[in-house]
Amino acid sequence: MEMKEIKFVLNGKPYQLHVKPWRTLLEMIREDLNLTGTKEGCGEGECGSCTVIMGGKPVNSCLVPAVEADNQEITTIEGLAEGGKPNPIQEAFVVQAGMQCGFCTSGMIMSAKALLDRNPNPSEAEIREGIAGNFCRCTGYTKIIQSVQAASEMVKRSK
Amino acid sequence: MEEYSVVGKRIPRIDGTAKVIGEAKYAADFSMPGMLWCKIVRSPYAHAKILNIDSSQAEKLSGVKAICTGKDFGGWTWGWMPKTRDEPPVAIERVRYLAEAVAAVAAVDEDTAEEAADLVRVEYEKLPGVFDPEEAMKEGAPPVHDYVQNNLSWQFHMNFGDVEKGFREADLVHEERFETGRVTHGYLEPPAGIAFYDSSGITIWAAKQSPYFVYRHLAACFRLPLNKVRVIQPFIGGGFGGTKNDSLAADFCSVLLSKMTGKPVKFIYSMEEELMISRRRHNMIIYNKMGMKKDGKITAMHSKVIADGGAYTAIGPLTMYLTGCMSTLPYDLPNFKHDAYRIFTNNPVSAAMRGHGVTHTRFAAEMQMEMMAEELGIDPVAVRLKNAIIAPHETVNKIKVHSAGLTEGLKTIANTPNWKMKDKREKTEGSISHGVGISSTAYLGGARQRGHQSCAAVVRLCEDGSIDYLTGATDCGQGSDTVLVQIIAEELGLNIEDIDIKRVDTAVTPCDAGSYGSRVTVLAGEAAKKAAQDVRQQLAKFAAEKWEANPEDIVFKDRRIHVKGSPDKSMPFDQLAKIACYSGSGAVIVGKGYSDYGIDVLDFDKGAGNPGTSFSFTSQLTDVDVDIETGFVKCKEMIIAHDCGRPLNPINVEAQNQGAAIQGMGQALYEKFEMDHGRTLNPNLADYKMPLSLDVPKIELIDIITDEPTGPYGAKEASEGAIVSAPPSVVSAIHDATGIWFKEQPVTPEKIVMALREKRKAESQS
Repeated sequence: MEMKEIKFVLNGKPYQLHVKPWRTLLEMIREDLNLTGTKEGCGEGECGSCTVIMGGKPVNSCLVPAVEADNQEITTIEGLAEGGKPNPIQEAFVVQAGMQCGFCTSGMIMSAKALLDRNPNPSEAEIREGIAGNFCRCTGYTKIIQSVQAASEMVKRSK
Repeated sequence: MEEYSVVGKRIPRIDGTAKVIGEAKYAADFSMPGMLWCKIVRSPYAHAKILNIDSSQAEKLSGVKAICTGKDFGGWTWGWMPKTRDEPPVAIERVRYLAEAVAAVAAVDEDTAEEAADLVRVEYEKLPGVFDPEEAMKEGAPPVHDYVQNNLSWQFHMNFGDVEKGFREADLVHEERFETGRVTHGYLEPPAGIAFYDSSGITIWAAKQSPYFVYRHLAACFRLPLNKVRVIQPFIGGGFGGTKNDSLAADFCSVLLSKMTGKPVKFIYSMEEELMISRRRHNMIIYNKMGMKKDGKITAMHSKVIADGGAYTAIGPLTMYLTGCMSTLPYDLPNFKHDAYRIFTNNPVSAAMRGHGVTHTRFAAEMQMEMMAEELGIDPVAVRLKNAIIAPHETVNKIKVHSAGLTEGLKTIANTPNWKMKDKREKTEGSISHGVGISSTAYLGGARQRGHQSCAAVVRLCEDGSIDYLTGATDCGQGSDTVLVQIIAEELGLNIEDIDIKRVDTAVTPCDAGSYGSRVTVLAGEAAKKAAQDVRQQLAKFAAEKWEANPEDIVFKDRRIHVKGSPDKSMPFDQLAKIACYSGSGAVIVGKGYSDYGIDVLDFDKGAGNPGTSFSFTSQLTDVDVDIETGFVKCKEMIIAHDCGRPLNPINVEAQNQGAAIQGMGQALYEKFEMDHGRTLNPNLADYKMPLSLDVPKIELIDIITDEPTGPYGAKEASEGAIVSAPPSVVSAIHDATGIWFKEQPVTPEKIVMALREKRKAESQS
């Protein structure tokens, strides 16, 4: 099977890779780039654990063919920390107990990041909507919603 | 109440940063050079004889390194008790549920392993199956295990007081049928592991909630001493009982395939595999009979419980035990009879899940009590207060309760505007009907099973004053690592960041029974406290010697040591550590401790005695909107008054309760495996409905502080009560909104629409 060459920027770093046409973006991130912060829960685009940001939008990386990453800019959970310091969303999830087992957390934070990038001051309803594609079995969501609210406040205060 | 420095504070999780930056490694995140991939070959039939397995085609596929079948395990089987060891790692002559493992392959990559698994040809002879427990109990039903009469997997007959007398004394007696659903744990991390077998034995990095189960199973299966089995614990993506509390076909197969090939072998189950084969909550049919006096006092209860056990026994006897013995809480029940039957069927195996056993019979009893109170014109709060136990209390089956915040919890709930205003607000708006319901429950903490029960801790002082803490207890997400570290820090007067907790490695950490039955904070907490106190006592001797003081007068606080009453005799903790480690030939300070709650023996056959060390009490209110045209239920608000003795980390206790309540809400409203002749029809997260962010209500938590005398710093369990209290409060609220009592979970929109239609029909005819 013909390998396809793709070029993309991931977490600010340029990459050039040869990938099989059926390889998913998730497999490429986890197995070719060894970035295991992005998780595979269902592999069917239902659970949101594999959410990354591509072209400014949150996507289920298990459903996106790796070849579609060509010429794209991608951010994974490993790309959020700024200068080795957790970004405000990550910090808020720690302080507000927005995570328990942590398996949904990377995807949840990426959905929250995409939401706050396009709407820095979301209402509670908008937060619920923004993370509606991400399952969490541990928290019952209340503390996740509070984490996103706290992150939004932190970003506002820092500006 | 003594003032603590670290315990009782809203301290962020110690694993929080590792999890939010994507650094925390789960089982699937590990790889080893030269590793192979394992895939399981699964049965397409729910009940069949295996006539032949032909792996020749698969063996020819390039990249396939080894194939194993059930026969390669030498007839070894496992189970929860010696007499219930009925489950082979891989089926041998017969498959008893659909998708049961029949073979496994190891290949150089995942795609090749999957292709090879498809090439293994298995010849079956289909057998008649049985899928309904009440059918399976009948004479002449197809036997799931040939040596078992009427497919009876396990039974209990508990009988306390005199129920017949109790029913005679009652003014009202009800008999009803209730049913609870077949639901899944719903963790997002599918089972995974990577195993390696060499001359030093077995090493496996596996996603296990209770790693010491698989440790014992692997030693027995591969006939190795326990010191040759090393289970190393990565981060765990949720547990909730069941599958990750037991062993899996791929645990055994990856080890065997590694032994056969000399290579590390990795496996990851797909979510579909997980939902097809995982241990799931027993669904239970409960025929419940209750007697009540005119004033609401319950006089007697007799429950007949029939549970679908699926194909093997697993932990089922304990499920059935808890289903019975816990019925005598949280209300005084002077006369109680319980006949429980766990029945084999050709469905996937049923086992433990959060709220283990208790959720079923509590739902039945809670609903029935309200139905009877309604008939007698008694308010839902009043009937509960009438029967609520007050500590100290001993139940009719000898459960001893030392602290109970039930009455206070109920009064707190009854004082909320939601309850006080419920009959004063408009009941309906358009097609929406409002409803409020309440419920209560008790849940055991510090569970005891049969066999080994202790938790242990080792606390090592490093010469720079930092602390290494070793525990066999597993944090699978519940936050116990943080609480345990808080305990060590409290006892040594240190900060959280001075303590490092090592995750379980059975070669290094002390043996532990497991993370189930809300036992970690209670029992591993007791062990941690004792081990830290051991270190403190050893250190105090050095300080006492230096200052010519009494060791008992040495105070450890704020990272410093001083002599009680002499603040001038003071030094930093790390200085004392150096003195201790370097004085003379140098000391090595290691503290040890293990939990010990005596030899209070449980009468497992009769259902008497303490199933745990202490009991939490939860009172819950749920506010719902029911759309009477579509049957759609929206939970608007939950208020939970929760007695966990004393919260050791209040933010974590809130988080546990919120998560449990939402899991319970899903079970009450929509979660259910749809089955057809043993086939799970909805093995994916699109068709198996779990709550999402849009579905969840506002949840308010109120701590009822009771300071349990047996718990560390007064603590009791905090993570299972709300999963038990949520379904009856939700269903009671639906009754308040619709006037209909629903007795089967889940209460789906279809059921509501149909019941409302029936109700209108009956009303128009009368």
